[in-house]
Amino acid sequence: MLETLKQPWPWYVAGALIGLTVPYLLLVGNKTFGISSSLRHLCAACMPGDITFFKYDWKKEAWNLFFVGGIAIGAFIGAQFLSNPDPIILAESTQAYLATKGITDTTQLLPSEIFSWDQLFTVRGLIFIVLGGFMVGFGTRWAGGCTSGHAIMGLSSLQWPSLVATIMFMVGGIVMTWFILPYLLTL
Amino acid sequence: MSTNLEQASTADADLSARELDAMCVNESELKHPWWYNFKYTVWGILFGIVFVKAEIISWFRIQEMFRFESFHMYGVIGTAVFVGLISVQLIQRLKLRTVHGETIHIPKKEFNKGNLDGGLIFGLGRAITGACPGPLFAQVGAGFSVVIVTFLSAVAGTYVYGRFRDKLPH
Repeated sequence: MLETLKQPWPWYVAGALIGLTVPYLLLVGNKTFGISSSLRHLCAACMPGDITFFKYDWKKEAWNLFFVGGIAIGAFIGAQFLSNPDPIILAESTQAYLATKGITDTTQLLPSEIFSWDQLFTVRGLIFIVLGGFMVGFGTRWAGGCTSGHAIMGLSSLQWPSLVATIMFMVGGIVMTWFILPYLLTL
Repeated sequence: MSTNLEQASTADADLSARELDAMCVNESELKHPWWYNFKYTVWGILFGIVFVKAEIISWFRIQEMFRFESFHMYGVIGTAVFVGLISVQLIQRLKLRTVHGETIHIPKKEFNKGNLDGGLIFGLGRAITGACPGPLFAQVGAGFSVVIVTFLSAVAGTYVYGRFRDKLPH
């Protein structure tokens, strides 16, 4: 049993459990699913300043912070006790491409060549770790949601603006991956 | 009576403020002790385990996805939307209520230009970091300590958005 759990879980198991989050949150507390707003609640709780966008009763949304806290705990459990000892099995074409850019360490979920403390203050590290994070936080809020809010909650409730946002996520990701990353990875 | 009305209108204004630029909102009008929120932590824990075990938080899987070289992430998101869609349909058609007896409410969102511009910026950032906001929490929890910087950067991005929201097209 434990050995099976330690293997990578198939997409349909993961997809079903993630999809069930939608009815779970609705049924236990009338909450709509999403994650990126937790970043806004942190701003509202810790440093609202004089900014209208952060002036609301964030305690009403504290549930979302409890939820993301759970995600971090769950990831800790998954990594500590259910960790897969083998390297991640990538598509051969992806692996070959990344190798041409010097990314060969597939022993962990993130490449150590980019995401490590000693890379942080290189040009590449600043772009991948600092600028990338900024774009995720800024972009999701401007878009009004992230993958969970728009692509899962929004599409599940048949809201067309969420479909537009989801398409734009894909467009941005494809442009970056095909036209900009080939350069950024070699920095 | 008038205080009740005032309270109601303040509550409505606060709900609209919370719904602004957000998909995930507490639509409940009930008040519960703070520890009721642990039911969200419990689900979050399950969610976090899935994130790690299905390698959804992996930068490599996101590269594969945008390079169209693996079905994995499309399978995950497609299944999640399918299950979510069926669930929402069932809840609405059967007029299901919450465990506390409240009517379930899913707000309808209006389109705004941020869906385009913000969506594009998020997409670009997602391909760089290999993460959405959820996986950022999970990567930190899974022990990738440098992602704390990415996470703080994302909070800063949200803060800057809030600060300059009025000047951006919507």
